[in-house]
Amino acid sequence: MSAITSRPGGRVRGRQSRRANKPDPVVAGVRWLDERLGVAKGGRTLLDKIFPDHWSFLLGEIALYSFVVLIATGIFLSLYFIPSAKELIYSGPYVPLRGARVSAAFESTVNLSFSVRSGLVIRQMHHWAADVFVGAIAVHMCRIFFTGAFRKPRELNWMIGITLLILALTNGFIGYSLPDDLVSGTGLRIMFSIVLSIPIVGSYLATFLFGGNFPGDGTIIPRLFIIHVLVVPLIILGLLGAHLGLLVRQKHTQFPGHGRTEKNVVGSPMYPTFIAKTTGFMFVTTGVLWALGGLAQINPIWQFGQYEPYKISYAVQPDWYMGWLDGALRIMPPISWTLWGHTIPFVILFPAVLFPGICFNLFYVWPFVEAKVTGDRAEHNLLDRPRDKPRRTAIGVASLAFFFTLFAASSTDVLANFFKISLNEVVWFYRFAVFIIPAAAGIFAYYLCLEMSGVPGIGRRKRAVVITRSAQGEYESVSTEPRPGDGEAELAPIPVPGRVDLNGDPEPVEAASSGVRRIPRR
Amino acid sequence: MTDHTDVTSGTDVVSGNGAPGGVPLAKFDDPHLQPYAKNARRAEMLIAALLLLGLAGFCAYGGLYWVGGQTQWEGVFGGVGFFAFGFGLSAWGKYLLPQGPFVEERHSLASTETEVEAMASAIEDRGKMVFYRRGFLGTILGAGAGVMGIVLAFPLLRSLGPPPRKTFDTTDWRAGSYLVDLDGNRIHKADLEVGGSLTVFPEGFAGSSASQTMLIRPGPTDVDIVTLPGRETWGPRGYLAYSKLCTHAGCPVGLYEEALQKLLCPCHQSLFNILTGANPVFGPAPRPLPQLPLMIDSAGFLVAQAGYDQPVGPGFWERS
Repeated sequence: MSAITSRPGGRVRGRQSRRANKPDPVVAGVRWLDERLGVAKGGRTLLDKIFPDHWSFLLGEIALYSFVVLIATGIFLSLYFIPSAKELIYSGPYVPLRGARVSAAFESTVNLSFSVRSGLVIRQMHHWAADVFVGAIAVHMCRIFFTGAFRKPRELNWMIGITLLILALTNGFIGYSLPDDLVSGTGLRIMFSIVLSIPIVGSYLATFLFGGNFPGDGTIIPRLFIIHVLVVPLIILGLLGAHLGLLVRQKHTQFPGHGRTEKNVVGSPMYPTFIAKTTGFMFVTTGVLWALGGLAQINPIWQFGQYEPYKISYAVQPDWYMGWLDGALRIMPPISWTLWGHTIPFVILFPAVLFPGICFNLFYVWPFVEAKVTGDRAEHNLLDRPRDKPRRTAIGVASLAFFFTLFAASSTDVLANFFKISLNEVVWFYRFAVFIIPAAAGIFAYYLCLEMSGVPGIGRRKRAVVITRSAQGEYESVSTEPRPGDGEAELAPIPVPGRVDLNGDPEPVEAASSGVRRIPRR
Repeated sequence: MTDHTDVTSGTDVVSGNGAPGGVPLAKFDDPHLQPYAKNARRAEMLIAALLLLGLAGFCAYGGLYWVGGQTQWEGVFGGVGFFAFGFGLSAWGKYLLPQGPFVEERHSLASTETEVEAMASAIEDRGKMVFYRRGFLGTILGAGAGVMGIVLAFPLLRSLGPPPRKTFDTTDWRAGSYLVDLDGNRIHKADLEVGGSLTVFPEGFAGSSASQTMLIRPGPTDVDIVTLPGRETWGPRGYLAYSKLCTHAGCPVGLYEEALQKLLCPCHQSLFNILTGANPVFGPAPRPLPQLPLMIDSAGFLVAQAGYDQPVGPGFWERS
């Protein structure tokens, strides 16, 4: 305040009169910025941006806020982690490891877990956030797919989203490869073999990356580190900006409903409603990840021990999002060709290189394939109900079933052990199941959609009916209050008011006294 | 409850959203600005409780940190703090702040046909202008850019590591290499019981990834095990040695199942029959594990007769 009151010509006066004399500071601030950046018109539009209310729109936000947590916790971890394969003797506080030959990467990871206050919580939070990040992206992608949100004009954002999924998978794998423990080293060993399997260039790529035959000359960990903390996150950040930028430019999709058309967006405004809700949701996501980080142990590398190329453990599984590839590797029949003095290890090349390549490329082209098949090239801003598009829904369900079956196949050894059955039978089961289960699931989904689309009023919330019995024994049924989604008459949507006359009564007496909502919503 | 259909009461929209000439004005009692909560007072109390719980969680975390920290309680306090604080803020947004419904018009992003053609012809015509009668320059430019790309790939890729040369074809095993354990101790013929197994390396290369070998003693101790024709002397005194690198994805084939006389790879469950040359009997491994020919020297120590007769580990392009 002193800066204001000591301005030349200004006089220190009573609070009330000074306020009346001064221009509104918010107006002054906006004007200052506007005269330099021209923000007033666009800024107002941004504040008024409408966010449709639907729970499924939260899925992408979970991914976004997991990424925020990943960045924050990742910066913390990078202050302590030493990306080096340099060998040393462990002498830290964890007694069972004392005297063990470990790498600097392994030791620093153990140290930041045990010797840095809150380090273990934050490290486990980082790992959980990565798992949740990929999961939220996958579920968000399902939402986009099943509701047809990828259709024109949003094909580009769909493709950016697929790229983000690939980058998230990649960086997740690289991330858990960094601590140089037994599980991560085993993953790297398999990754080396996968690169090696690529025809013609495979052996060159593998030795270039690792600095020689596996495990290489120790350069892989610092290399993966800089990819993990700089290269991939930068690309993710850029694409995330583009993802959200396109979302603002093209505006949200919305489900059909009262007052909602292809030509508008109905919902709550960015400021203050959505900002409050979404900021709160960011904290909620953080809170869940924080609790997981403290309570749910993940990747206890001090139990696995330092990676040595000749060591291996039973039931070594990758993080969940690599499970579908691991499952594909396990159930692939042993096919390898040797022709004209060259070997093509198809048993690796197909499930680990060609197959994911085919999958992601199919994801990329899906919007164009669908437009071609259906001949629908119109712009779509209203979302589909999955039941109304039986063929798309069936394909989506079949794909999900396919990936789930592969994921389940990544635990063949654990399943065989658990059910006390032959491992061979489990593998043979999955070799067939990977085709049968998706086909069955797709056909089931198709007919389910057909059945559902014929039922009147489906998907609408039914209004509860209260039945009362009078003293004379008469029964009377009364419909209860309309609730959102009942299909009752709603308020007509209005543009966001720029100015609100704050002299009105904020809470109508009727609503406050009865405790019953006076105005039906949506 | 029929008056609620009178939706415009209390609304005084001066003009359209963002339209020139003024901004929409609403009264505070406009139904669009009303809280969603049935009972705004109660909602306010609940939100206050949530925010306070969050605040308490943060304080508890801070206090715990100050006195030394404890992982699980840090998770509880921090988790509850963020969760409750966030939940309160979200509830504030959902139950007390204007829910509308509000509407925003959506205008097609597409330009007019004229504008599209104008941009296309600007690219096309000016582009042609650049190369009009300058095709030769264009060729040089293209060639230069291409070579620049290729040359830049050299340091980006080639500097990373050595070319493979023969690194995947050979191991450190030579004729006469003593078998040693991880600590470098030679293996005596009496060291392994029947049914025992041990990871061995060529002397001087303990810990080597490519040379790691499974020494197994299926027994009996007084016969030489012949796994395949031509390998009559490879398994002296009930000993067998196979490369420990899986021919599938290169994991260590570390699990010796004595009852079945099989080796199992824990990564993808390839199963190898050690009595018949470690041929894969199940799983994704496409080739047998290479066998190391053994002999026992005069002092009773195990020695390799020769190195592996084929590349060990997973397949690769240059493998013939």
